[in-house]
Amino acid sequence: MRLSRSAKVVLGVITVLVLLFIYVPLMLVVVNSFNADRTFGWPPKGFTLEWWGKAFDSPGVRDAVLSSVWVAVVATIISLVLGTLLALSLQRYKFFGRDVISLLVILPIALPGVVTGIALNNMFTTILGVPLSLWTVVIAHATFCMVTVFNNVIARLRRTSPGLEEASADLGAGVFTTFNLVTFPQLRSALLAGGLLAFALSFDEIIVTTFTIGAGETTLPIWILQNLFRPNQAPVVNVVAVVLIVVSIVPIWLAQKLSGDSVRVSGARAKADER
Amino acid sequence: MAQQMQQLPPGPPKSAGAVPRAKANSFSAVLHRSPRLRLAGLLTAPALWLILVYVAALAALLVTAFWTVDTFTGEVSTEWTTENIVTVLTDPVYQRITLRTLWIAVAVTVIDMILALPIAFFIAKVAPARWEKLLVVAVLMPLWASYLVKAYAWRNVLAEGGLLEWLGAPIGLSSPGYGETAVILTLSYIWLPYMILPIYAGFDRVPDSLLEASGDLGAKPLTTMRLVMLPLLVPSIIAGTIFTFSLSLGDYITAQIVGGTTQMLGTVVYANVGAANNLPFAAAVSLVPIAIIMFYLFIVRRTGALNNL
Repeated sequence: MRLSRSAKVVLGVITVLVLLFIYVPLMLVVVNSFNADRTFGWPPKGFTLEWWGKAFDSPGVRDAVLSSVWVAVVATIISLVLGTLLALSLQRYKFFGRDVISLLVILPIALPGVVTGIALNNMFTTILGVPLSLWTVVIAHATFCMVTVFNNVIARLRRTSPGLEEASADLGAGVFTTFNLVTFPQLRSALLAGGLLAFALSFDEIIVTTFTIGAGETTLPIWILQNLFRPNQAPVVNVVAVVLIVVSIVPIWLAQKLSGDSVRVSGARAKADER
Repeated sequence: MAQQMQQLPPGPPKSAGAVPRAKANSFSAVLHRSPRLRLAGLLTAPALWLILVYVAALAALLVTAFWTVDTFTGEVSTEWTTENIVTVLTDPVYQRITLRTLWIAVAVTVIDMILALPIAFFIAKVAPARWEKLLVVAVLMPLWASYLVKAYAWRNVLAEGGLLEWLGAPIGLSSPGYGETAVILTLSYIWLPYMILPIYAGFDRVPDSLLEASGDLGAKPLTTMRLVMLPLLVPSIIAGTIFTFSLSLGDYITAQIVGGTTQMLGTVVYANVGAANNLPFAAAVSLVPIAIIMFYLFIVRRTGALNNL
């Protein structure tokens, strides 16, 4: 198939237009966080750093950042442990029900966030009678963050040979010594990448969070949602939105550099992906 | 075994002498002798978490849909009734909302498909190799930016006196304002990368030689596209639609932010969890998107699309 020059140019132009479509709205938020005009009319009439200063001084924003970081860190630690254990058992052993478990782990990101959200909300409030808090958010986030760690670790395990572990055992190392000195060093960068993805996924998650967070608690996304419709808060919302963009994209960028395994869409939902 | 050992890279010298040996009767030795015990040790915690937290929650959701709320106390009463399910399925209000949600999800899927096909084709087959990786990253990056921020960005774009009005003014277009059209536009925007990536991967897997052969045999590019590429691409396209369709179906944040008064299934679920405090009804409503997605997955299962996720 030989495409004519003009066909190639047309395709190139479409690609550029679609990329503009993808990036312009995000850029608009970044530009508006410096927009001196409170109503954010376009084009901006002037630029200011006032909103950034206001955002840093706002106690509401600061609390929300702390809650978000705390939730993301704890959820990431839990999903690192559980995701690694799961990847090791699914990759290194064959057992009854293996396919079911590997389907189960992607289910939290395959189903829409509303379903995961209401299912957990219902479980906590109606069935168990547990009051919603930041801990319930952590449990919810860990459940769907597990898959990003799992995906990264299992991809790495597929490329490493179990022969190394057998050799270690033959040389007299115990099970734990082998894990510490042979398996873990090979997984280290995959774990870092998976952990970063899990952190980013948890940090900006909104749907499941709205269903599982306790009254009076705010994470950064919840803070945005609460202040979105208040015109006098709009400038600060823009700043927080930019922070969210940066905090979610930088870890992903790092993770991509670290892992070397291509990040698949299903790891994103996260989305996700999912979720 | 000995041969295999020779192929191993030499370890760092510092750890060579310091590796502890396992003791014959230690816990580690017991684990070493029994792979089943090792597996149990690895699998128990994550499997319990998934089953106790997630499977149990989904099962409870299904059960709760058949319960009801005591109108006086506001407490959930565990008497069995199909009232909620019947209401969701037969009340014209909820039928309309279901149809609207379906229409939005289908529209978003079609728009994303139309946008994704040319760009995925360009990246995989037309762009020079050194651009290819860069373009993939350019598409991939925004996929990770916060969903909330993307919806919020569109609130800015669509705002009165916003970017879209400014762009549209010279050609006489105005912003559609906040409503159903805005929801479709914003959701298409948010889920577009989820459509581009699987289709790109699909194009990438089609060998160039196949296209050359088709060209050499006299097929024009459009014929090659239709007869050679499209059949090979179907699973990838369907993989993309699974994302755009199912993610749109469950949305409620976008509807809240740019939808004005537009109600979707997700909106009803959220309203009944929060303000109306009727969890059994919310559970019943949430079964609708689950059923639709399961049905869709069941239809497309045979195309092999599920392996492309």
